[in-house]
This record gives sequence, C-alpha cells and structure tokens, in this order.
Amino acid sequence: MMSNEQVDEISGIATTGHEWDGIKELNNPLPRWWVITFYVTIAWAAAYTIAYPAWPMLSSATKGVLGFSSRNDVKNELAAAEAAKGTYVAAIEQKSVSEIVADDALREFAVAAGGAAFKVNCVQCHGSGGQGSAGFPNLNDDDWLWGGKAEQIQQTIMHGIRFASDLDTRVSEMPAFGDIITPEQITQVSAYVASLSGAVKDASLVEPGAKVFAENCVACHGDKAQGNRELGAPNLTDAIWLYRSGETAIAAQVREPKHGIMPAWAGRLGQTAVKELTVYVHSLGGGE
Amino acid sequence: MLKKTQVAPHAAEAVNSAKTRQPLYAARKKIFPKRASGNFRRFKWLVMAITLGIYYLTPWLRWDRGSYAPDQAVLLDLAHRRFYFFFVEIWPQEFYYVAGLLMMAGIGLFLITSTVGRAWCGYTCPQTVWVDLFLVVERAIEGDRNARMKLDAGPWTMRKLVLRVSKHAIWLVIAVATGGAWIFYFADAPTLALDVVEGTAAPVAYVTIAVLMATTYTFGGLMREQVCTYMCPWPRIQAAMLDENSLTVTYNDWRGEPRSRHAKKAIAAGQPVGDCVDCNACVAVCPMGVDIRDGQQLECITCALCIDACDGIMDKLGRERGLISYARLSDYNANMALATAGGTVPVNPALVRTVTGAFSDGLAHFQLRNIFRLRTFIYLGAWSAVGLALLISLLTRERLELNVLHDRNPQFVSLSDGSIRNGYTVKLLNMIPEPRAIVVTLQGLPGAEMSAVGIELPPARSFETLVEPDRLKVLKVFVRQPAGQVEGTARSFKFRIEDKAGLESAEYTATFNAPETAR
Repeated sequence: MMSNEQVDEISGIATTGHEWDGIKELNNPLPRWWVITFYVTIAWAAAYTIAYPAWPMLSSATKGVLGFSSRNDVKNELAAAEAAKGTYVAAIEQKSVSEIVADDALREFAVAAGGAAFKVNCVQCHGSGGQGSAGFPNLNDDDWLWGGKAEQIQQTIMHGIRFASDLDTRVSEMPAFGDIITPEQITQVSAYVASLSGAVKDASLVEPGAKVFAENCVACHGDKAQGNRELGAPNLTDAIWLYRSGETAIAAQVREPKHGIMPAWAGRLGQTAVKELTVYVHSLGGGE
Repeated sequence: MLKKTQVAPHAAEAVNSAKTRQPLYAARKKIFPKRASGNFRRFKWLVMAITLGIYYLTPWLRWDRGSYAPDQAVLLDLAHRRFYFFFVEIWPQEFYYVAGLLMMAGIGLFLITSTVGRAWCGYTCPQTVWVDLFLVVERAIEGDRNARMKLDAGPWTMRKLVLRVSKHAIWLVIAVATGGAWIFYFADAPTLALDVVEGTAAPVAYVTIAVLMATTYTFGGLMREQVCTYMCPWPRIQAAMLDENSLTVTYNDWRGEPRSRHAKKAIAAGQPVGDCVDCNACVAVCPMGVDIRDGQQLECITCALCIDACDGIMDKLGRERGLISYARLSDYNANMALATAGGTVPVNPALVRTVTGAFSDGLAHFQLRNIFRLRTFIYLGAWSAVGLALLISLLTRERLELNVLHDRNPQFVSLSDGSIRNGYTVKLLNMIPEPRAIVVTLQGLPGAEMSAVGIELPPARSFETLVEPDRLKVLKVFVRQPAGQVEGTARSFKFRIEDKAGLESAEYTATFNAPETAR
C-alpha cells in the first residue's frame, strides 16, 4: 500500500485511500503516546478484572486473585477502630466510674462515647440535651431523686427505676392519698408543700397543711420535706418539680401520683456502655 | 572600518521561524541548545546555584525554639497543623499570612515583569533552572550542540547506548534528589532522611518522591521548552503585563539589518550592510529554539543567552556589543524611526552612525529612570502595602486566644436553689511554645460564679489553669447566677483570660440565658 499512497493536494496530508463521492479521508493518525496509553488502559482493565472481583457468574462472581472484598475492608476498618479505642475501653472496664471521672483522658473519652450512646438510647425521654420535661427528669440540674454520685447514677442506669423485670431495680411508690385523706386535707397539704419553696395564695392553709404533712408524709419525704434518696422521695423544698410546680400540680400528684419508669440498661448495653453513659450524665453539670 | 566581516555560521533554524511556521499542534522539533558564555550566562549560573541551594538546603537549617517545638527552621507540620518559618509560627487559622505572601508574589511578579520583562521565566522559574541543570548533564555526557545532533541522528551504537543510558540515569538521580528534598519540608529532615534510607518512612513520603521524580524527569529532561510553550499560563499572562517601557530581549534591527553573510561583497556593491552577519549563534544557544530576530514572541523566556552569544560574535568581529540587548520597545521604535528615516526607506544602518562609524547621539538608550513610572510605583506601592500590613499584623498578633461556645441544648438549667446555670465550651489557645498559667475571669453578671469540669476548685469568679505549650485547651465551664440577681432572658458578659505573667490577655463576650420566670 505504501507505493500508491495518495496525498491530498490542498493540505499536503496523505489520505487513507477511502473515498466517498469524491470526498477523501485524510490520514491523521492519533499521536503515538495516545495510542499507547489507550492500549495500556485496555491491558490494565483486563488485569484488573483478574485481580479484583469482576466477572458475573450464574450465582456469584469471580473472586479475583487478590482476594479483595469491600465487606472485609469494612470489617478490618471497624476492627482497627475498635483496636484504636482498645486501651481506653479496657481501662473503662477495669476502673470504677468515680475513678474514670477523676481521670482527665478517660473522662473525655467516656463523655464522647457516652454522649453517642445517650443520643441513641436516652433522648426519647430525657431530651437531646438531657434537659428532660414534665415527668422526665432534667439530668443537667443538681436535684437527684436517687442520688447524683457517679456510682448512684450507674446503679440507676444499670437496673432502671420501677422496672419490673430487673430484681435490683429501684422501687418506690407513693400511695394515692385521694383514698386516704380528705380533699380539704389535700388542698391544705398542697399549700404547705408549695409554701416551702414559694408564696401561696391562701396562707391560712399552710398551718393545717403542715399538720397533714407531719401525719402522712414525713415517713418518706422527711420531717423537713427534704426528701429521701434511698426511697426516691423528692426534695419538696427546692425549685425543681418533676410533675410541675404550683399548688394545683402538687394536689394532683398527692391525690393520684404518677410514677415514672426507666428501663434497666445493663443487660441491653453492657457494663462498658453503662459506665460511659454514667460519666456522660455525671458531666452534664449536676454530678456530685 | 570593519575589521572582519565573516564568522562561521551555525546551521540553526528557529523552531517557529516565519518561513516554516505551523500551528501549535505540530510534532516537536528537537532543540540542541549550544553552551553560551558571557555575563548573562554567569549570572544565570549564580541564580541557579542560589535557587537550587535554597531548595535543597532550607530544610536542613535549624532554629532553636526551646524544648517544646521542633528546631527545624522551615517546617510544614501537617500532622500537627503548624507551620514554622524561622521566628514565625503559624496556626491554621492564621493561614492568611500565606495568602498575603501569595498576593505579594503576584504583585511582585507584575512589578518585575513591567520593569525587566519575563525575568521570572528566564532566570528563576523552577522549570528554567532544572532544564538548565539537566542540560549541564546532557552537555557533559554527550558534548555540545553539534556532537549531540550528530549522536541523535546517528545509528544506535554501543557508544550511543552508553551515553544515553548514563545521561538518563543521572537525570533520574537528580529527579529523585528533587523529590527527596521536597519531603524534608514536611518533617524533621535528619530523622526523615534516616527513615527514608532505612525504608521505614511513611508511604506518603515515597509516593511524594516518586511523583516529583516523575514530574522533574519528564518536565526537565524530556519535555523542556514544551512545558513553557504549551502547558504554562505565565507566558500569556506575563505578555499582557509588558508595555512599551518594559525591558525585553530585543534584536536591534536598526543596526543589524540588512543582515549579510557576505558583507564584503555587499559593501563592494555599495549596498547598506548591517551588523548582523546571520551567523545564527543566537538561535543555536536558545533553549526555546527561537530566533529572537523575528521579534518578541510567546516562546521567548528572556533568558538572555542570545545576548551572550551575539556579544561574543560582535567581540570577535570588533563591533559594539548589544546587537541583541535588553531594550525598551519605545527606545527600539525611536531608533527604528531613525534608521528608516521615519519609515520612508528600508533600514539603513548608516543612518544611526556618524561618519566616523560611531553611534549617532540621536539613538535612544535605556536610562535607569525609565523604570520609575506610574505603573511601577503603583505596583511597588501595592506590594509594600501588603507587606507592611503583614508585618504589622505579625508584630502585633495575639499569641493567646479565647473562643467560647454557649451550650445550646439546654440553653440554661434551673437549679434546686432557684439559681440559673449556663454551660460554655471555653477554648484557650496558648500559641507560644511555652507552658502558660492562664487565669480565667468572669466580667459582669453580678453574683455569678463559675466552675470547670475537671478542675477541682470551689466555684469562684476566677480560676487558674495550666495550658500546655503550643496547644489548645478545651474546658467545660458552668456559670451559675443566683436567682435574685438574674436580669432578663439574655444578658451579655465577658470571659477574660490573662497570662499569669501578665503579658497577654484576651476577652470574649458571651451571653447568659435565663428563663422568663426565674424564681
């Protein structure tokens, strides 16, 4: 073919010899580096399908000689992440919660891990900032029904409150005084309790209310209404009210008390996560 | 008058000569630059030594910063997000200093280009410096221009193979050394050097060396002038910054034309004869392969080697130097007008000379005052302004900083005694390589006291904490204000931190939130 090479007159470039209705195709070959690159990519693709999982078969696909698998990659990365946390997790398993709280590095780790666990397991009742709502305690404040020391918080998270299927759960129940004392007495005692932390509308109710309180309530709430953490009996003299403040709300709670239930988390989350949660809750600002 | 009229011409043709000019999409014509010698070549050797010296030696300079910071004078510590430059240490948020330096580099380039043309391209651009270095190797092994052309055209003999292999081997060694030097800017150089040799350095170090080796070898050894002509945007941009007062490498037609290889014959025939003997020495030495006699062109990097080549020829012929010289376009135009009698006749070099053969007094020459013009003053002013601003900012910058984030969820907490508590994430930035005792104080917010998680101190309006050298310390701080003193739902107050030695302080205005009905 070299002998009868035709050259286009106008451009001076050889033609391919192909002709359509007098139109000839110029022979402008691709640059050699481009062609070589093209062949290299083809070879690369072929090698790639041998090295990596590629060809679909009837029920699976070729595995590739390198044994690569994206699932394995994820597994390895997760294992590496676990390993990276390993020393901290081991220390958390070993130490008591108050020891963790006292150790700066461990505490930071536990607060981060506990915060993540809190977002998954606890925010449904306690709120995303642990701020609670009516009936669900605020975990940021300094008022604790069952104690705010790290070990006490841990006990609460592990076994729950009034959680029937856990034998060690924290239990207490306030009787429904609507069946025990008269409505008038309820009004009086509510006025007395409200007076402990603020002003009341009718001051004359306070004195008889104090009498009703002394007869019925001191066993659990204490003679100064300061509460009793052994029984989960709230302090009635402070500014914090789980079931709202004010005489009406107090009367409702005296007549027919509501009782919150918190699940036991030890079985579900494991000791380590419970410890991390404990440290997180303790760090929110009210920890004792 | 003319002592000599002939030198042996070079068989050289410009790669882009007007006669055979093709569009840029064309096969490369090989260039075999001849060794030049002269003032500019000497200057370029010096520039090469200085720039390569800076590049290779800088990471090995030490700078004592005490026991809490690395002692490498220039270090980009990416792992710890710190940049050290002699006495300056920059944190990531201070990266605007680098932006400022880039602005200065840009304006500086404008300034240099508008005064002395593409000096960056011709002398200091890494591409130019490394190509120069690679050419030194090529000449040392294969010989000068003619020997290399002969070798290239000749068949593949054992000798050619040995020469070519050794040339490329040395190029690769230089390329590896180039990539190797780069990584030392990012880690402690002596330690890393040992690690690299022992094979224990991080993979990224080897990858970096490999990539830079490949680019250095390809750009400096194989592609050379094509990088400037085809890949680089600077020739386009820099050309736009030239004006008629910028110095560029210029072929002075007004004394060179009409060029003649047979001047004697032409003189005998009574024709005008210029100084150019058409020896092509200027083309032969050009690393870009262009003919400067075709005028200013995109490919010309103004390396001035053609000036050296031509000056050598002029010396040999006993004529004045400067047939090719640095000249302003305005001077060139004035002299051309003189040589062509205002454009009425073709160039006649007799018009620029007196009867004795000396140059006429009417010729325009470059004067130093030509560089002082409005444009260069504006560039110089802008350059100095940015530099001064950077300097002032550097000298007055704070090395102690405070950032405060107010807890948003919950914004406030009511406590059992009715007081209101707000939580803050307080970040103390100790930006010097010394540990410092920092006193954190509350300003405003009457009656309020604060406590910090992890600091076993009773609540107070002020506490002290130690911040590690060159570190940020994050504190969780609770501020508690008694119920009776809470005013409004949002109140501003200040966190103030102070170096215990009293050297530096910083303040941050934060907000204290409270419920509408605080008890």
